Amino acid sequence: MSTKQYLFSGFGGQGILFAGKFIAYKGLIEDKQVSWLPSYGPEMRGGTASCSVIVSDEPVGSPIVTYPDVLVAMNLPSLDRFESKVAPGGVIFLDSSLIERKVERTDVTAFYIPATKLAGENGFPTLANMIIVGKILKELGEYNDEGLKAALAKVISAKHADMMEVNRKAIDLGASL
Amino acid sequence: MADKVLMKGNEAIAEAAIKAGCRHYFGYPITPQTEVAAYMAKRMPKIGGTFLQAESEIAAINMVYGVASAGLRVMTSSSSPGISLKGEGISYLAGADLPALVVNVQRGGPGLGGIQPSQSDYFQSTRGGGHGDYHMIVLAPSSVQEMAELTVKAFELADKYRMTAMVLADGTMGQMMEPVSLDFDVTPPPEKPWATTGTEMKRKHNIVNSLSLVPEELEKLNIARFERYEQVKQNETRYEEYMMDDAEIAIAAFGIAARVSKNAVNEARKRGVKVGLIRPITLWPFPEAPFKKAAEHVKQIISVELNMGQMIEDVRLASECKVPVTLCNRVGGMIPSPEQVLDAILKASK
Repeated sequence: MSTKQYLFSGFGGQGILFAGKFIAYKGLIEDKQVSWLPSYGPEMRGGTASCSVIVSDEPVGSPIVTYPDVLVAMNLPSLDRFESKVAPGGVIFLDSSLIERKVERTDVTAFYIPATKLAGENGFPTLANMIIVGKILKELGEYNDEGLKAALAKVISAKHADMMEVNRKAIDLGASL
Repeated sequence: MADKVLMKGNEAIAEAAIKAGCRHYFGYPITPQTEVAAYMAKRMPKIGGTFLQAESEIAAINMVYGVASAGLRVMTSSSSPGISLKGEGISYLAGADLPALVVNVQRGGPGLGGIQPSQSDYFQSTRGGGHGDYHMIVLAPSSVQEMAELTVKAFELADKYRMTAMVLADGTMGQMMEPVSLDFDVTPPPEKPWATTGTEMKRKHNIVNSLSLVPEELEKLNIARFERYEQVKQNETRYEEYMMDDAEIAIAAFGIAARVSKNAVNEARKRGVKVGLIRPITLWPFPEAPFKKAAEHVKQIISVELNMGQMIEDVRLASECKVPVTLCNRVGGMIPSPEQVLDAILKASK
């Protein structure tokens, strides 16, 4: 059986919860068992935000991710807080335009993505999160056109349908890195 | 996956209530259940229903009393401190034998406490919560799917037994998203000849009241109510057993604690420890039978709770103290980790 535990973390406003929701929906579309659990409360109003996502072939037990297989850190406090928690052999994706230091662990793989910088340069400054999502999909071998499209259609409401294309661009940019 | 969507537990409760025919919601915002009210605020006006944010929790529960008196499916939701405020109204609902749904998405207490998940309202919920001799039917979901299904069940049971039913969740269950299918059957409300629907000059007045000043009569009412409760115990007790057949250790846990415990049970089984899980789905009526049975073949029961040990008392009563019952807990908004539960299991297995 395969279970992947994700922890997305960063500042409120970086699209942490949205990125997690996308990964959860993509799992659901691919007939996996999924759960998504946000940090709620004061964090939502500008402090640190995080969410736990589990994608599994088996029913999900506890939805709380303490030792992630995949950590996304979009700011330094998040990396400081969660680096030590990553499961041995796990993967860390971090926004290297906002985090200057390197990952200290030697038993995990780290990908340094200048996501915020790239997002700004490419005209979608609010989509650094989706650039990282694209990179995750590529590195984990989960990039596929059909699943992507379907998941985007689920997370982007009809009201914001015009955002579909630009989200896809951000994901593809991330996947090309 | 075709018909499954990802929904927050709070939203699943709201949508399920609408599916169950509830067209009246009265509430007052409080974290971590506010999405129930937000969802209702959006949906109710579109389907000809009523959403009303009352001036207080006390007002909201009394509006529930009003609609319930008129025989319609009605609900309110809140989180722990808000439920305390509703306590008086819940007692009045019980005294007037009115069916209604109250949702409690628990947070840490006592007092204003915190906003993170908790199960510390177990006593309050299962013993009634307000003054007087009464019970609510208390349903404890452990997945977003159950948040939806047990909401529907709560309306049905409330109508069937003329009782207030409570869905007792916690901050995690309310906030998490999981795939949910809302494609299920709903039993429509039964005839309610007692409801205050207007006589049209064709029948006697119906009076809905919890006041009864003649002690002989009030005693009769109380006894009749408890006879009804006996029926609920007989017919409506629900629980799930997981790997209990050959278990030498049993975990007792509900809601989020049961999910965490399931991880620990699986891990312990991998290590050859024969452990199982009993998950009460109705907290009142409490499922006594599986614990009585377990006490015949397990050497210890571990009650895993997000409180200082509340359900453990019912576990001890149900297992008639034949085996030791120990507590594995976190409180104040903290959640036990699967590792903590596993440690408790391994310790018990020695």
